Amino acid sequence: MVRDYLYPEYEAVRNPDLCIGCRACERQCANLVHKYDSDLGKMVSNSATCVDCQRCVCLCPTNALKIVKSDNTFKKNANWTNEAISDVIRQAGTGAVLLSAMGNPKQYPVYWDKMLINASQVTNPSIDPLREPMETKTYLGKKTVSIERDRNGNIVSKTTPQLELETPIMFSAMSYGSISYNAHKSLAMAAEELGILYNTGEGGLHQDFYQYGPNTIVQVASGRFGVHEDYLNAGAAIEIKMGQGAKPGIGGHLPGTKIVGDISRTRMIPEGTDAISPAPHHDIYSIEDLRQLVFSLKEASDYKKPVIVKIAAVHNVAAIASGIARSGADIIAIDGYRGGTGAAPKCIRDNVGIPIELALASVDQRLRDEGIRGDVSVVVGGSIRSSADIVKAIALGADAVYIATSALIALGCHLCRSCQSGKCNWGIATQVPELVKRLNPADGKERLVNLVHAWTHEIKEMMGGMGINSIEALRGNRLMLRGVGMNQKELDILGIKHAGE
Amino acid sequence: MKKVYVNEEWCLGCHLCEYQCAFANSGMDDMVKALKGKEIHPRICVEGDNNISFAVNCRHCDDALCIKGCISGALSKDADGVVVIDKEKCVGCYTCILLCPYGAIMPGADHSVVQKCQLCTDNSAGEPACVKGCPNRAIVFEDRD
Amino acid sequence: MKYDYFIIGNSIAAVGCIEGIRSNDKKGSICVVTDENYKVYGRPLISYLLWNKTTEENMLRYRPENFYSENRAELITGVRAEKIDPEKKTVELSDGRSFGYGKLLVATGSSPFVPPMKGMDKIEKCYNFMTLDDAKAIDKAVDGKSRVLIVGAGLIGLKCAEGVSDKVGSIKVVDLADRILPSILDKKGSEIVRKHIESHGVEFYLNNSVQEFKDGIATLKDGTQIDYDAVVIAVGVRPNVSLIAEAGGEVARGIVTDLRCETTLKDIYAAGDCAESLNSITGERQVLALLPNAYMQGHAAGENMSGGNVLYDNAIPLNSIGFWGLHVITAGDYNGEETVKADGSKYKKLVTAGNHLRGFILIGDIERAGIYTRLVREKIPLDEIDFEAIAERPAEMAFSRAVRKVDLGGISYEN
Repeated sequence: MVRDYLYPEYEAVRNPDLCIGCRACERQCANLVHKYDSDLGKMVSNSATCVDCQRCVCLCPTNALKIVKSDNTFKKNANWTNEAISDVIRQAGTGAVLLSAMGNPKQYPVYWDKMLINASQVTNPSIDPLREPMETKTYLGKKTVSIERDRNGNIVSKTTPQLELETPIMFSAMSYGSISYNAHKSLAMAAEELGILYNTGEGGLHQDFYQYGPNTIVQVASGRFGVHEDYLNAGAAIEIKMGQGAKPGIGGHLPGTKIVGDISRTRMIPEGTDAISPAPHHDIYSIEDLRQLVFSLKEASDYKKPVIVKIAAVHNVAAIASGIARSGADIIAIDGYRGGTGAAPKCIRDNVGIPIELALASVDQRLRDEGIRGDVSVVVGGSIRSSADIVKAIALGADAVYIATSALIALGCHLCRSCQSGKCNWGIATQVPELVKRLNPADGKERLVNLVHAWTHEIKEMMGGMGINSIEALRGNRLMLRGVGMNQKELDILGIKHAGE
Repeated sequence: MKKVYVNEEWCLGCHLCEYQCAFANSGMDDMVKALKGKEIHPRICVEGDNNISFAVNCRHCDDALCIKGCISGALSKDADGVVVIDKEKCVGCYTCILLCPYGAIMPGADHSVVQKCQLCTDNSAGEPACVKGCPNRAIVFEDRD
Repeated sequence: MKYDYFIIGNSIAAVGCIEGIRSNDKKGSICVVTDENYKVYGRPLISYLLWNKTTEENMLRYRPENFYSENRAELITGVRAEKIDPEKKTVELSDGRSFGYGKLLVATGSSPFVPPMKGMDKIEKCYNFMTLDDAKAIDKAVDGKSRVLIVGAGLIGLKCAEGVSDKVGSIKVVDLADRILPSILDKKGSEIVRKHIESHGVEFYLNNSVQEFKDGIATLKDGTQIDYDAVVIAVGVRPNVSLIAEAGGEVARGIVTDLRCETTLKDIYAAGDCAESLNSITGERQVLALLPNAYMQGHAAGENMSGGNVLYDNAIPLNSIGFWGLHVITAGDYNGEETVKADGSKYKKLVTAGNHLRGFILIGDIERAGIYTRLVREKIPLDEIDFEAIAERPAEMAFSRAVRKVDLGGISYEN
């Protein structure tokens, strides 16, 4: 229908002077944008299906291709933006919920970018991380506050199980199904080499990856896919997923078409059936219910594994976190509204939840105020984009961070936000064999390891500049942060002073 | 010795190795100038489709039949074990094409002499161009002896 | 004077032998004697020399300048080996010298077979086409107007025709057979190649023979008269077996050898055009007068002479030859079930028997022919490969994943 017509959002622009007709773009585009026209004797492009994943641009050996945003526009309107009008047209045509992927792309404030890090000058020495030891090792889990001794004066250790990380970074949950086997393998291998952890997500754990158990967090979500005793004992920790930053309050839906072969086996559901994760856990309606699940899982794993409870950052996150800390959980993971997803209703992704910076600050403060901060570790995620974001998160009170979008970018993702199509040209968010093979885990692992190494180096540089030689000493050290361009309320919530103060 | 190995598990059939090879051996410093509008004559050949694909080039056999059968002595192993061709000596009889079990020797662009992969020792590419140009590390340059 | 290894003949089999010996024995003394005055060269190059596709200098660089010194092999040129005494283990040379040997290789090659033809002894310019000297003599004898008559439409005769084509006025070829290249081509293939050669000005007189040469005119069996300025006799070759025959060794069509390339005389080996090989396809013993065969057989002999124990049991007929840009590659034997594809000057015939590819003929499109050769030579069972695909075009893809893994070295990434 003519009313449904939307001009292509992107245009594949080919420089005919540079194109040598190697057809790599044609062979590599799962959206069939490029093709060789034998009548014309040259390559032609149909931009209508282009998602701007940049695969063709990256593979073109002569830089003959670029993808540009179409300059076709509706009449300029600050209120009725092109996006708003297009969405209405789409929905008027389909009657459907708009789906999208990855994190909230809207222009909300990024508080990381409104905080600045301190450095030592004159009166307190900075430390050269190339000469002096710098400790980034991090332990996650309940910390013992009081010291008990036996009759002979020896310390009685009551330390509950801890997760040991070489650097305060973990790969957050991405299920096998939402991402490919090779993407999972890359994450698992990288976590092993880095001495950190990756997270299975809610799709269970493929048999091949049990070998990475010491570096694995196994997730239990509302659908309970792939959860069984061996699974719970396979990893180093168990995570209960209550919510996800990209789509707080709603469940998940992996269409039956993706439930094939190993994915069906791993999720323990029949091939072709939709994998529906309910919005709530149907057995959890209170902190007491949550406590039951926490201890069920501890019981099942012989109290050897820390239990993480992951929630989305929402309005009353501090009170919720307080409840979780009292539920027996060892670690609270909070996912901000910019966190990614393989598919979410666009309205949810773009409008639900709160920024992770504010959630983190208020949770840390609330737990301190209640004297229970030591009972849990706090892990935050939802668009950690750089080592500086990590330093700021730890200074605000986080014990460690979860990264996923940046890990996917390291693997090749160019944030085209079309995961829901299942035709990821980078072999990440797809189960199509010829696309999956585009991600060689040898390469993927190396790039993830490089990224985390690079960030760890930078964290050390920044800590050194502050005169701090361990992550422990940075944690919750909000004096190391100053705000710029924020109002007093924001500064109060973040618990930091304005720059210049 | 370091050789080019191809792992078909990761080959995408993008054919870029063929173009990188043709460019590396073109003697030109600009790929567009070297290849645009021309039929390419790479020394590596991609077989297959999206499902299974892999690239084939000279294996630098220990017991190289091409060298044994060469009527002019144009084919030989250099000190590093690379099977090399002396184009001055080659007369284009194609006995090596008859003998190579991998089909890795082919007529050169003008058909007067043959050509084959020499691991980019005969051009300025340094590390073999097919290896550098492979987007998925399907082609690697390793010493596995 | 005694050498550990003595080699009679200095062509490709001799080089193979030296390299074979040195793969086992770096020290033993080696002596090579040849009646030619050149270093080793590939004999098939002489047509390319005439055709200006190579130079004498490049021809004589079959092996590097320092090949003999590097391999510590003494080279005696311009001297014939006259006699072998297998009891005393000595070789007598035409210059009167005599040498003892530990192991002896006879690589005496072959000589042109010249059938008796009336008036032949009176031809002023009559040549064979086997050696560098032959090529030089022909080159010297012809000019742009020369009318060349070649007797024999086999590999040697036709390569000679191509070689001299740019230097002479006309070329006419006479052969007793009804087609050209009968030793390697079937009827259809032969026809394709003949037409191509004819398109380059060569005239054929097949099913015919020269009755008499007289005063620059050859009269053929059917009465045709051909004017000539020079005649090249390329009817065939005969293995040079007399040294072994006279020494009491067994000789059939060529010198009889076992799979270790040893003759029936102890410590005497033979290789190359003078010796028989086992055709592994037909199981028959025959002289495979082909350069690759000479090298491989010589190499095997050299290895065995120096203490090795290798069997030369995979010899097959092989040919790669081109005429004015039309290339022909053949291998194996043509008795079996045929799959034929013909398209203009392109021709492909695959011959299968049971579960094996037995032989093939490729004309025009010779791309990746070695893959077919491999199927023949290694007797690869056809039910283990995708023969339909490989029959269409030779490709590694037709082999199983496991075979490809070995061939291309791709191993799965393990951790």
